[in-house]
Amino acid sequence: MSAAPNADGQVRTKSSRPEVPMATAKSWLREMMLIREFELRCMQAYQDKKIGGFCHVYIGQEAVAVGTIAATEARDPIVTAYRDHGHALARGMNPNHCMAEMFGRVGGCAKGKGGSMHMFDRDNNLFGGHGIVGAQIPLGVGLAFATKYEDEVINAAKNGGKSNRVTLAFLGDGALNQGSVHEAMNLAGLFDLPVIIICENNGYSMGTSIVRGTTMGHEISAKSEAYGMEGVEIDGMDVIETYWAMKELVDKVRATSRPIFVDMRCYRFKGHSMSDPRKYRTREEEERYEQGDPIGVLKAQLELRGLTEDEHKEIQREVRATVKSAVEWAEHSPVPPMTDLYRDVYRERWGPYTGSSEPEMLGGGENECNFNAIDTTIDRKADLL
Amino acid sequence: MSIASMREIEFRDAVREAMSEEMRRDMRVMLMGEEVAQYNGAYKVSRGMLDEFGPRRVIDTPISESGFAGMAIGAAMMGLRPIVEFMSWSFSLVAADPILNNAPKMLYMSGGQFGCPIVFRGNNGAGGQLGSTHSWSIEGLFSNVPGMKMVIPSNPYDAKGLMKTAIRDDDPVFFLESERLLSMRGEVPEEEYLIPFGQARIARAGKDCTIVSFGRMVNVCLEVAIELEKEGISCEILDMRTIRPLDAASIIRSVKRTGACVVVDQSWSFGSPGSEVAALVHRECFDDLDNYVHRVHSADVPAPYAYGLEQEYLPNARRIAEAVRSCLYRS
Ligand SMILES: Cc1ncc(C[n+]2csc(CCOP(=O)(O)OP(=O)(O)O)c2C)c(N)n1
Ligand SMILES: [Mg+2]
Repeated sequence: MSAAPNADGQVRTKSSRPEVPMATAKSWLREMMLIREFELRCMQAYQDKKIGGFCHVYIGQEAVAVGTIAATEARDPIVTAYRDHGHALARGMNPNHCMAEMFGRVGGCAKGKGGSMHMFDRDNNLFGGHGIVGAQIPLGVGLAFATKYEDEVINAAKNGGKSNRVTLAFLGDGALNQGSVHEAMNLAGLFDLPVIIICENNGYSMGTSIVRGTTMGHEISAKSEAYGMEGVEIDGMDVIETYWAMKELVDKVRATSRPIFVDMRCYRFKGHSMSDPRKYRTREEEERYEQGDPIGVLKAQLELRGLTEDEHKEIQREVRATVKSAVEWAEHSPVPPMTDLYRDVYRERWGPYTGSSEPEMLGGGENECNFNAIDTTIDRKADLL
Repeated sequence: MSIASMREIEFRDAVREAMSEEMRRDMRVMLMGEEVAQYNGAYKVSRGMLDEFGPRRVIDTPISESGFAGMAIGAAMMGLRPIVEFMSWSFSLVAADPILNNAPKMLYMSGGQFGCPIVFRGNNGAGGQLGSTHSWSIEGLFSNVPGMKMVIPSNPYDAKGLMKTAIRDDDPVFFLESERLLSMRGEVPEEEYLIPFGQARIARAGKDCTIVSFGRMVNVCLEVAIELEKEGISCEILDMRTIRPLDAASIIRSVKRTGACVVVDQSWSFGSPGSEVAALVHRECFDDLDNYVHRVHSADVPAPYAYGLEQEYLPNARRIAEAVRSCLYRS
């Protein structure tokens, strides 16, 4: 249905797809614009030193998170790498909690213990945010293993129904060179696990273009095929195309419990992280891709269906307000109490520290603190504004 | 415990009984690893489990430690309670990232949202002339990481009771067996029992010197104590059973009575459970000690292959006895 410019600025007519209801398409536009605005504000906050550590923004790749996650159900588990704000927001994480996590505040999705690269959200079945390149793929395969085990061992014994959940596990093109990813693909193929491994192929791992680091860089799905996984290429700059292509795959995996690999073609518009001057690629190349900006592409598609400039401005105004208030909410969220340092190490409240390294804070003497007096039920998500 | 309910079984049977009993009582528990199913386990620990539980719960994996350890961790985040067998802990090094960087940190990094109820188990320590790559005692290296628990049983009874506790524990547990102990026979009751973590066992009571040890080395210490008794030296041997958590109170109590402490730990000395115990005792029992804490470790070299070298490399009866005498100024 759609006629959209692709990365080369040319208009490509997509195979006939059913039309996405206007309200749904508009909600995607809003989500993508929210992510864009959120990331711009992150960059600003990073410059202002309100966000520390490494911070990787998702600008340019918004259609991937929005289109793929729209094709899932809320109960389908998701796991990704460190460029994870977009996935978190697309999965429904409250922008306040996402921003507060980066600000290192107790209102963050992980109480300020994970940071930008480690976004976790149990309520939304987001299993991280993982900082080690490739490490999340064995985990994602394990999530799929568990859902299948639940259906075929636990529920089968109880004569219960099948949940047939499908896991999405995201990685970058550079991560494809990690051994653990290949081990995981072999296991997924071997055990018939219901997982879609989505390679967000933005052409670069930091400053290394795919051809400099990866064999078969022009056709990476060849690698998955060696593990008995079907490989599919999807245009990740077009959210509607991404959605339909992914919907097909998600339905298929739900029915067959066979893993699939996706070569998701996309481009990151900004540097790898905040400190990357992008000397390894040309301005011309960047401009070429910017013409295929996924937000612009969707906007153009929706204008053909009657989206007005006023409506667009209204969305823009609304996401700006949302993100602005997320920043304020994060700023007002308290920093974690020092006692949080020792919480969540083990399931028991204070954990079994080795006797000799027991933290002073937990011991006797001057620094003694009365644990019973500490409120462990801080409502970290209570609205502060 | 009634005599009738006691029987002697091997260490490997004790571990298997614990796993099988827990798998019967909890469908979320499953076993995976190389050769655990059809081959019945490289060391026959899982013998017969495939027949009882079937291939969906006793799962042969490829030689892919990083992949299947990570997969099991993902499954644990979802709520399963996997037991992962490493044929040897020496082979777990290729899975260092998932087992050290994911499992013990997941709960913390997710702000308490995702725990990791998983048991990693396998043979640890020198098996017998396997050379340097296959003779790891990983307790020194791995116990450094907060968020994990480490269990090192010295006999079949403890192995069973601790394994059952490990499987029911909500945190990641590193369970270190010893190839050299797998055929050890010991009394294990028919009735169910669990052994809590963080509670040392007094393997032998004594009054002159406290020997702190764990795992296979406890058995060597017991032999040494019998010899030293003939010299009029009475040793108290503490079998720690778990390294994390470490039962500091039992160590302190004993050393305050004996005034002397020797640690026997088969990992390397630099940054080890042994050095941790020494630091603890020096801090807590400073005024009670008649001598500094003596430590017996594997020699600070890669594990050698040649029989004689390996025997000298490991903490052995002679070196332990020398350390006790020296600590008591009897040498
Ligand atoms: C094991 C490991 N090695 C190196 C790094 C440092 N690092 C972080 S991101 C990155 C590039 C990854 O690129 P890609 O997988 O293509 O993902 P993208 O950043 O493009 O999303 C590198 C080298 C790391 N985090 N982990
Ligand atoms: Mg990349």
